[in-house]
Amino acid sequence: MANIRLIRRRIRGVQSTAKITRAMEMIATSKMRRAQEAGVAGRPYDEKIRQVISALAALPQSGGAPHPLLQRRPVVKIAVVHITSDRGLCGGLNSNINRTTASFILEQKVPVTVITVGRKGSEFMRRVGRDVRAEFTRLGDRPSLLDTLPISRIVIDDYSSGLVDMVYLAYARFVTTMTQTPVLEQLLPVEPAEMPAMQNVEYIYEPGPEAVLGELLPRFVEMEVYHAVLESIASEQSARMVAMRNATESAHELIDDLTLLYNKARQESITTELLDITGGAAALK
Amino acid sequence: MAIRLDIVTAEQLVFSDDVDIVVAPGIDGELAILPRHAPLMTMLQPGELRVRKGGEETFMAITGGFLEVRPDRITILADAAERAEDIDAARAEEAKRRAEERLRGTLSETDMARAEAALRRSLLRLRVAEKRRRRRSEL
Repeated sequence: MANIRLIRRRIRGVQSTAKITRAMEMIATSKMRRAQEAGVAGRPYDEKIRQVISALAALPQSGGAPHPLLQRRPVVKIAVVHITSDRGLCGGLNSNINRTTASFILEQKVPVTVITVGRKGSEFMRRVGRDVRAEFTRLGDRPSLLDTLPISRIVIDDYSSGLVDMVYLAYARFVTTMTQTPVLEQLLPVEPAEMPAMQNVEYIYEPGPEAVLGELLPRFVEMEVYHAVLESIASEQSARMVAMRNATESAHELIDDLTLLYNKARQESITTELLDITGGAAALK
Repeated sequence: MAIRLDIVTAEQLVFSDDVDIVVAPGIDGELAILPRHAPLMTMLQPGELRVRKGGEETFMAITGGFLEVRPDRITILADAAERAEDIDAARAEEAKRRAEERLRGTLSETDMARAEAALRRSLLRLRVAEKRRRRRSEL
């Protein structure tokens, strides 16, 4: 019967889809672990650099103007570094970040320019006709700090030259495997954390406090951008892992339903055939 | 007496151990740090980093960063750091050749600076790797 063949073909189709989603889930799991490890590995550097910056910022200023990256200005233009993934199939992750950034932009009273990282975000920004300053795609699953330097470069340059007066980072923060929340953080001007009073050690600075701070601040910004990228990769992979697991489960459910349907149809056809035979035999008597 | 030394880059923890002495390429010249050194924060220039523990000496190539000395520990925030034994001499040689070739052509100012930096880096890595090899043959 045509119906039976049709159901069988459908089952086979769903089975192969389930195989693919299952494989994608496993790949995402291992990539997520790697991204998490990369994020953890950079933590000591991050902590240290924060510590030193707040120690330096707490020093009495020697008259001169503060470092450009610490300078607060009246805000005339804002930039948002919008970090998304290159690929889809990761649930609502990218649309959540897109929505967060978009509503942030709409709330602002001053013009906002966007620097996009990741294909999904750049497509979105282009679709809604935003002013895109730069776009970065194809960073891959394991970017090095070097790969993200062009992003921080453009941010630092634009801020130092006065093109923008405030810079935000928008990305998906990795909370747990199940939860990733879109966040929007201020990147520039750098706001040094308050120093706990006890840690105040009298340092000798070489060549001098200002020079050290001047060298540290750009590295801090680079680090923050790098971290946001790593975090967004971990989020992407875990979101994909969950999405693919759900897809695999739904496929298995569908296969169960279809199998039931198939067996029913098969039984029905056997019954009709038997009836035909017994009917025929009765007629011969 | 020993002091804790951590060398970290943005990507990983490169080195972490108790050491006797650290010799680092400071911005104002090479400096050696022993335990009980005064608190210090200095910039580093690209160069060679030597660490001694017991009778054992480790060489590393470092491409700039910061060095912080606290009473209980030394932290080096490196832009990049490589141990001598991890340096791939063939790759460094190749990078050096590439950089030299690029420098022979006509370049814009930033490209020129970039090529020069690449050349300096590869030369440094070669020098550190070379030192390591010599030491091994002496043993």
